[in-house]
Amino acid sequence: MAKPALSPEAIAAKLVSFIAECEGIPPGDVRVEGLQPMAGGASRELWSLNATLPQRSLELVLRRDPPGRSDESDRGLEFELLRAARAVRVPVPEVHWCCRDARVLGSPFFLMERVAGETIPRRLLRDPEYAKTRENLVSQMGAILARIHTLDWRDPALSGLAVPPEGTEPARTEVMRLAEAARTFAAEPHPVLDLAERWLLERIPATRRRTLVHGDYRVGNVIFDTEGVCAILDWELAHVGDPVEDLGWFCVRAWRFGNDDRAAGGVGDREQWLNAYGEAGGDPVDREALRFWEALGNFKVALVFIQQAHTFLSGRVPSLELASLGRRTAEAEAELLHLMEEGS
Amino acid sequence: MNDQPDAPTLLRAVEGFLEHQVVPKLNGPARYHARVAANVVAIVAREIETEESHWAAEWERLGGLLGEQTSPPDSRDAYRDALRARNEELAARIREGKADRGEWRRAVVAHLRETVDAKLAVSRPPRQGRS
Repeated sequence: MAKPALSPEAIAAKLVSFIAECEGIPPGDVRVEGLQPMAGGASRELWSLNATLPQRSLELVLRRDPPGRSDESDRGLEFELLRAARAVRVPVPEVHWCCRDARVLGSPFFLMERVAGETIPRRLLRDPEYAKTRENLVSQMGAILARIHTLDWRDPALSGLAVPPEGTEPARTEVMRLAEAARTFAAEPHPVLDLAERWLLERIPATRRRTLVHGDYRVGNVIFDTEGVCAILDWELAHVGDPVEDLGWFCVRAWRFGNDDRAAGGVGDREQWLNAYGEAGGDPVDREALRFWEALGNFKVALVFIQQAHTFLSGRVPSLELASLGRRTAEAEAELLHLMEEGS
Repeated sequence: MNDQPDAPTLLRAVEGFLEHQVVPKLNGPARYHARVAANVVAIVAREIETEESHWAAEWERLGGLLGEQTSPPDSRDAYRDALRARNEELAARIREGKADRGEWRRAVVAHLRETVDAKLAVSRPPRQGRS
């Protein structure tokens, strides 16, 4: 049984002694205030708080696994990834302290800098005040991604990363996993997905170089302001694999947030996107490999919509939003048909 | 037979109420969810209006592809089950590789495009573009 949730006051008190212990200072020298839940992912809890230490006052975010679910995640790895990313000048929140077990707050957590800015992608893509951010977005995101792909994933600190065994084709395994899951969760047949599965399996690209893959690199996972992108977030899906996976995921239709004719994140086209990546030192990208990964990404999105509808239909979560998302499967199917037939 | 207004008209009245009376009075998650509710009500209205013709067209195309033109069942439930069975048959043939290339692939793709377009015509709000 899960223990009752800690109150914000209890969390703050525990953080005071945790921070004091990490810093080797008396708990009386640490103050933690203003603990408030932040809107965030369903799988991780986010809290904003302010910490005062001798000579330092920090605006922080607490990122914590929901208690009882710590077995399937690794806050420690995410902490190390953020640290490693910062070391190669990828804009990310500065990380401060990490607790890899359940000892302090009932589940693993870490504390990082609270980066000021906006995260709602529709604002980035539409609001006049972000015109300059939009203008530079493709080149900035391409350059940052090229740096992410230079990260040394063999660094012992990152040993928790999933690495596909040598000689395997992880893309093939992934296509088969997605297709099987779609058939399991869908309440009705989806011939488009069966067609896409065949198409993808015929086109498994050769991975030229294995790199760190962010795993969820898109316009919805950044903090931005009126000047540009301030931080890349959500590293929990990072793994080792084909760098083109990130390039393709960025172009997936759902991440254009309605600007469907602009493939690269709803702001640019694929040529600009690959150029930005290449100019910043990224490897040359084969267009067919990009098309494969982009199609695989749209397949993944179709599966997410199907699973969200399934969660509603199973009666577990009576959410109107989840229910309505089931009907968006058709958008991903339309994009898959488009990608398969483009130029054939 | 029921009196007027009919079901789609009533649903559009609910949509209008949510959009113009409820959404502007709300903030944050409640505002967002009221928008979702208005959207869902509009989806149902469009589905009621188009279901008969969409099903008939899909039934006919599937019959052409699978080589067996029959009349659809009379009851709505049986019709739905029969459509699902035909789609399962199509999916099975695709998985066997029969639509990997050639003439039949082109026919399957054309059919799937129309099927997906019909789904989008119901699910997607026409005025604010696709999202």
